Amino acid sequence: MSEVKKIKKGLDIKLIGKAEKVLEKADRSETYAIKPTDFPGLTPKLKVKVDTEVKAGSPLFFDKYSPEINFASPVSGKVIAVNRGERRKILEVVVQADAEIQYEEFKKADPNGLSREEVKEELLKSGLWAFIRQRPYDVIAKPQDTPKAIFVSAFDSAPLAADVDFLVEGEAEAFQAGIDALAKLTDGKVHLNVNPNMNQAKVFSEVKNATVNKFTGIHPAGNVGVQIHHIDPINKGETAWVVRPQEVIFIGRLFQKGVYDVSRKVALCGSEVKTPCYFETITGTSVRNILKGKLKDDETIRVISGNVLTGSKIPEDGFLGMYDSQITVIPEGDKHEFLGWALPGLSKFSMSKSFFSWLTPNKEYRLDANLHGEHRAYVVSGEYEKVLPMDVLPVHLIKSILVEDIDQMEQLGIYEVAPEDFALCEFVCTSKIDVQDIVRQGIDLMIKEMS
Amino acid sequence: MKALRKFLDKKKPLFEKGGKFAKLQSTFDAFETFLFVPDHTSKTGTHIKDAIDLKRTMSVVVMALIPSLLFGMYNIGYQHFLSVGETADLMDMFVYGLIKVLPIVVVSYVVGLGIEFAFAQMRGHAVNEGFLVSGMLIPLVMPVEAPLWMVAVSTAFAVVIGKEVFGGTGMNIWNPALVARAFFFFAYPSKMSGDAVWIAEKADSFSGATPLAHAASLAEYKGGSEAATSIIEQHLSNSWDMFVGLIPGSIGETSTLAILIGAVVLIATGIGSWRIMLSVFAGGLVMGTIFNLIGVNAYMTDIPAYQHLLLGGFAFGAVFMATDPVSATQTTRGKYIYGFLIGLLAVLIRVVNAGFPEAMMLAILFMNTFAPLIDHYVVQGNVKRRLKRVKVKA
Repeated sequence: MSEVKKIKKGLDIKLIGKAEKVLEKADRSETYAIKPTDFPGLTPKLKVKVDTEVKAGSPLFFDKYSPEINFASPVSGKVIAVNRGERRKILEVVVQADAEIQYEEFKKADPNGLSREEVKEELLKSGLWAFIRQRPYDVIAKPQDTPKAIFVSAFDSAPLAADVDFLVEGEAEAFQAGIDALAKLTDGKVHLNVNPNMNQAKVFSEVKNATVNKFTGIHPAGNVGVQIHHIDPINKGETAWVVRPQEVIFIGRLFQKGVYDVSRKVALCGSEVKTPCYFETITGTSVRNILKGKLKDDETIRVISGNVLTGSKIPEDGFLGMYDSQITVIPEGDKHEFLGWALPGLSKFSMSKSFFSWLTPNKEYRLDANLHGEHRAYVVSGEYEKVLPMDVLPVHLIKSILVEDIDQMEQLGIYEVAPEDFALCEFVCTSKIDVQDIVRQGIDLMIKEMS
Repeated sequence: MKALRKFLDKKKPLFEKGGKFAKLQSTFDAFETFLFVPDHTSKTGTHIKDAIDLKRTMSVVVMALIPSLLFGMYNIGYQHFLSVGETADLMDMFVYGLIKVLPIVVVSYVVGLGIEFAFAQMRGHAVNEGFLVSGMLIPLVMPVEAPLWMVAVSTAFAVVIGKEVFGGTGMNIWNPALVARAFFFFAYPSKMSGDAVWIAEKADSFSGATPLAHAASLAEYKGGSEAATSIIEQHLSNSWDMFVGLIPGSIGETSTLAILIGAVVLIATGIGSWRIMLSVFAGGLVMGTIFNLIGVNAYMTDIPAYQHLLLGGFAFGAVFMATDPVSATQTTRGKYIYGFLIGLLAVLIRVVNAGFPEAMMLAILFMNTFAPLIDHYVVQGNVKRRLKRVKVKA
């Protein structure tokens, strides 16, 4: 398909601190962790105890309700901690890394020569299955399903997002092997969605065995959910799977080299980073060594694994999220502002033009985590619609979730949406409503009711 | 600022649970958040938030109302001195109007906010900013000679019955300011209609009827008849005055020009819905044109359609009342339908029913009532599209 779809609704939030395309070396991290909280709806069951020796690819825990889905250790070493939260919920399984990584051995094979079942089995056994997620619900894919298609978004339009071309540089073969493996899993197509303005990499342009779709426009153009909506929307009873480019590469490496190798490039960005750039590291790494000496130290900061819209807050010695290729550092903003609502607001970012910052449309902002107001009931209408490029009525869907009306949620398109698609709605909300949380609650309710 | 902040931090415990003034917690909170944007940071979801909040939104609307308010004050003075046949300079007129209007504004805010604070405290809520706008709208739609106690009673009725019984700002089904005006209109009709109330302390001999009332009197005559022509020539020939606002009427509604300045502010900032404003004006024009074509009396045929947009509260209602996001339709398509019907109904009621010359208020309240129904059909349209998609595939 050579037709380019332009996403017009949305919002590009320009922030200070975009990562330079320079790969720097950080001291190797000693600890790595897998966080069950990265997988919504998961009930983890541990397979290891403190002091168990593991290799890269050895399962640390599995899904209680789909025991075939394993979650593997990213490195070899010794399990040193299982950190728990309230009601003994497992938050982190921490592994102390060996000096040299020992890999579990898996079968090396050309995925083109394997059957669907064989590909599935390899992915499940190695723990790479956790990187395949499904729509509806935005959770880990169910192994027994056959999706109608698999979607890979080759660009990220979120604020300060990592340049995906740079992330996948030099990995063309692994990427192709990954795509070949994914193609085995569906009867439909593997869609690779590129942005002609952002994706020039040969990794994407020379890919075989996938349908290339072109998208341009503003965020959330890069959200795979938005792309699915415009290519082949999900109806009740249908499933599509989604994988991110770097994770396609992980899958490729498994079949090429027979190992669980989840090393990836990560962008360190944000206004509180001295020199934003990229690092070569491994999924689940502690961010301490990456951040060491890199931060400006003027005020309280917030470290986010992921981007400012959908990422999760982590401590300065926390761990990189399973799906994240970006660490963002912004000011916390936990201070009072005198008459803040009344000031002209030249350094404040707003979609509305009620602050005079609209006079400088190309300015990059240093935004903090302050709410800039208080929670209120819905008053303003028409805001969400401006930033949600889907034929979905956002406020009505949110309200149907709040009253737990399953039929209405279904009719209004709960199957088509993921919390991340509503991130901009949450950002622009005058009433400061936690939209992504509500969408997740709705999805959890659907999963409970439909199973 | 730091000293003030320190002072607030020191006093804050007194107003928290168990403190000496715990009963004034909402009040303290309202003043504190007015002075300082709180230090709350995002706990879940997006880590950054748009800088806008309801305080900003509401204060922009209040700013948009300022031209109407100032012009209203000037016009009160202008009409007064015109009626008594004195000449006065601009400043005198303005000061005269200021003295007349300020008490109404103060009464509206004091009564309304007082009730809001009390309800917030009773429910343990924060005080919502919604009344900042309602409190300004109410005086602007009142006649200048409205007795203050009536303004107070109307405001109280609007806040309690029009808003708080539904759960406060965001939950109400009618525009609170219009509820106040409707209450006033039906409870004390003699103070909101006729010739006497629109001009402050006018001379008895001077006719104080609004152009709208003159227009309504046309309904008794045939189009093109001598009597009709003379009324039009005397009272309705000067569209420019109507546009600028040098006519008797409610305090803030007379000047279409000042209202348009407000509209520009609302649309430019993205806070008011241009869709609603545009479609209200379109609806009014369409109905006016229909009457021009098939009218049976002079009101229908001899008043050009565009003049309906200048008369009475039409423009004020279109820009500031119909666009209230809480009581209007929420869907994009619904906004066009809602606005269009308001314009249409306002002109229809005004022309056909001589008992309700100020039909804009009724048209908006009526469409407020039906807004959820319009939204319902728009939502069903979305649902149907989704279902159709499945059928096409099957």
